[in-house]
Amino acid sequence: MFDFDGLKEIWQTITRNKTRSLLTAFGVFWGIFLLVILSSTGNGFEKGLMMQVEGVTPNTGFFFTGQTSEPYKGYQKGRSWSMQMADLEAIREAFPCITAISPEASLWSSEDKNVIYGSHGGSFTVKGVMPEYNDIYRSKIMKGRYINPTDIAAHRKVCLVGKKVYETMFEKGEDPIGKMLKVNGIYFQVVGVVRSFTENVNINGTIDESVILPYTTMQQVYALGDKIHFLAFVADDDTPISSIEEDIKQFIKQRHDIASTDEEAINSFNVSEIFKAFKGLFLGIHILIWIVGLGTLMSGIIGVSNIMLVTVKERTREIGVRRAIGAKPKNIISQVLSESLLLTTLAGLVGLCIGVGVMAIVAAIVAANPTDNMMFQDPNLGFGAAVAATVIVIISGLLAGVLPAWRAIQIKAIDAIREE
Amino acid sequence: MIRLKEINKTYFGAQPLHVLKGIDLQVNEGEMVSIMGASGSGKSTLLNILGILDNYDSGDYYLNGKLVKDLSENEAADMRNRTIGFIFQSFNLIPFKTAMENVALPLYYQNVSRKKRNELAMEYLERFGLKEWADHYPNELSGGQKQRVSMARALVTQPKVILADEPTGALDSKTSAEVMQILREVNQSGITMVIVTHEKGIALRTNKIIHLKDGVIENIEINNPDSIDFSKEIK
Repeated sequence: MFDFDGLKEIWQTITRNKTRSLLTAFGVFWGIFLLVILSSTGNGFEKGLMMQVEGVTPNTGFFFTGQTSEPYKGYQKGRSWSMQMADLEAIREAFPCITAISPEASLWSSEDKNVIYGSHGGSFTVKGVMPEYNDIYRSKIMKGRYINPTDIAAHRKVCLVGKKVYETMFEKGEDPIGKMLKVNGIYFQVVGVVRSFTENVNINGTIDESVILPYTTMQQVYALGDKIHFLAFVADDDTPISSIEEDIKQFIKQRHDIASTDEEAINSFNVSEIFKAFKGLFLGIHILIWIVGLGTLMSGIIGVSNIMLVTVKERTREIGVRRAIGAKPKNIISQVLSESLLLTTLAGLVGLCIGVGVMAIVAAIVAANPTDNMMFQDPNLGFGAAVAATVIVIISGLLAGVLPAWRAIQIKAIDAIREE
Repeated sequence: MIRLKEINKTYFGAQPLHVLKGIDLQVNEGEMVSIMGASGSGKSTLLNILGILDNYDSGDYYLNGKLVKDLSENEAADMRNRTIGFIFQSFNLIPFKTAMENVALPLYYQNVSRKKRNELAMEYLERFGLKEWADHYPNELSGGQKQRVSMARALVTQPKVILADEPTGALDSKTSAEVMQILREVNQSGITMVIVTHEKGIALRTNKIIHLKDGVIENIEINNPDSIDFSKEIK
C-alpha cells in the first residue's frame, strides 16, 4: 500500500495544485506550531515558578500562638500562652508521620547596627532554629556546616550567617568560619554561611539577611525561657499536612488547657495548600493550552477534509476512469486516505520542528541572560508531548481523509465517464 | 465471447424507464461488431452493461464463458481490468500523467512492477507510433494522438474484448479513418471488438452491425468492409 509507486501517485496529486495544498497544509502546520509554542511556554513558566519555591518542602505546616478567645477550665479568655519545648517531643511521639519539626524564633533588630564584626556593622534579623529546620525550609550551605544537635544540647554560642550578612560583614574572599561576630551585644562564633534557594519565599524574614542561632542558645541568651511561639513541621509524603493539621492543633490545645472550639488561640497555615493551588493553576493552564492548540489543529484538519472533498469532486472523472480500468474500492480509499495523511503529517511535522526550533532559540536566549529571579526557564515541549502531538497529527490525518474517501468510492465509473 | 440472454434494464426515476427490453445477442471471439441506434435507443446502457459498469435487472450475461451477475466491486474491477479494454469518445486520459504513465496505469492496478509496466507501456506506444510522445502530457497531444494513447491503454493488459464508445466522436474524418484502421488491425490480431456509434461510416467498417431501437434489437446486418470504397466517405 505504501510502496514507492503509491507514494509517487499521491505526491503527483498533491503537487498538482501546489498553492491549494500549501494553504490547506498551513492550517495543520499552524495548529501544531501554536500547540508547541503555547505548551513550551507554559512549561517554561511552570519550571520558573517551581524553581522559586524549590527551597520549601511542599508538605509543610506552620503553627503560631495567639490569645485565647474562650474561657476554659477556669482561665479567662484573652490569655496569652505559648508552646514549650516538651511539646516538640510529645507531638513527635503522638504523630509518627511527622518527619521534621522545629520551632523558630526571630528577633528583629531594634538598633541601627545590631551585628558587628571589626569595623563592619549591619542590621539583620536574628533567628533561632533546630537542626531539622533545614529539612523544612532548605537553604544552601555555601561554607561550613548547619546547626547540629550538639549545638542545641550544649547551648553553644555559634551562628550561621546568611549570604548578605557575609557580604556585608566580611571582606571579599575572607574566610568567616571561626570568626567571632557580635550579635545584639553577645559574641557568637561563625560556623557556616547559608543562602536561600530563592528570594521570593521567606518565612519571618529571608535567610540571606539573617543570623541563625541554635534555638536553645537563643532561648538562653535572649531570655526567651522555654517558650515557643512559632512551630514548623513536615510530614511524610503519604500524609498530607491538611489531614493532620487539625489533630495536632487539638493535641496542643489539650496540653495547654485551651477549649477545643477556640479558633484564635492557635493559628496555622500550610504550604501544601499553596503548592496545590500552583499545581492546579498550571494544570488549568495546560488544559487550556491543549484545548486552544487542539482547537486550532482541528480547524486545520477540517480544512484538509473540506479541500479533499472538493478535490474528490473535481476528480470525479479521473476516479471514474480509474475504476473503469480496474481500480478496486480499496485502491481509491487508500489513495485518498494516503493523500490526506501525507499532507497532514508533513504539515504537522514541519510545524512541530519549527515550533521546537523557535522554542530552542527562545530557551537559548533565556539561558544566555540569567537573572536571580527567573520566572521563565527552559521552555520546551517535552518528549511525551512531542510524541502525543505526532500521534494526534497522524490520527487526525486519517480522520480528515475518511469522509472524502467515502465520497470517492461512491463515484461510479459509469457516472464519471458519461458524456456531458 | 459475449452472450446476452433476455437482458432487461429499467431506470427507476420519476418515470420508470424501460431501457433494454429483452436483448439477446451473441458476439463470437474475434468478431468486430458495431452497435447503432438513435440516442435513447439504449446503446450506451447496453455498452455499460457489457463493460460491467452497470448492472441489469434480469437475464444472463456471459463474458468469456463466465456469468457476469451480482459481482462484488472487487470482482467487477478485476474482470474489467483483465478482460476488457475501454476506449472513450473523450479519451478520458488522466491530465497530470504523461502518455506513458496513462498507458501503464491499468497495469498498476494489476500490481505489475514499475519497470515492467513502463516497458510494456513503451512497447504499445511504439506500436501506435507515439514513442517520441511518451513523456508528453495529454494536453500536449492532438486528438488523434490522444485516442491512440487511450487505445494503447486499453490494449496494454491484453484484454479479450475492446469496448469502444463513439471512439471517433471527437475526431475529424481523416483522423477517424486512421483510428478505425488501427482498430481493424487490432481486431485482426484476434481481439473481439464492440463499437458503439451513430455514424454509418464507422459502422460500415465492422463485420456486423446491430441496429438498436427503443430497447430492442431491430435487425442485425452482416457487412463486408472490404467491399466498400472508403475513399468516398459517407460521413
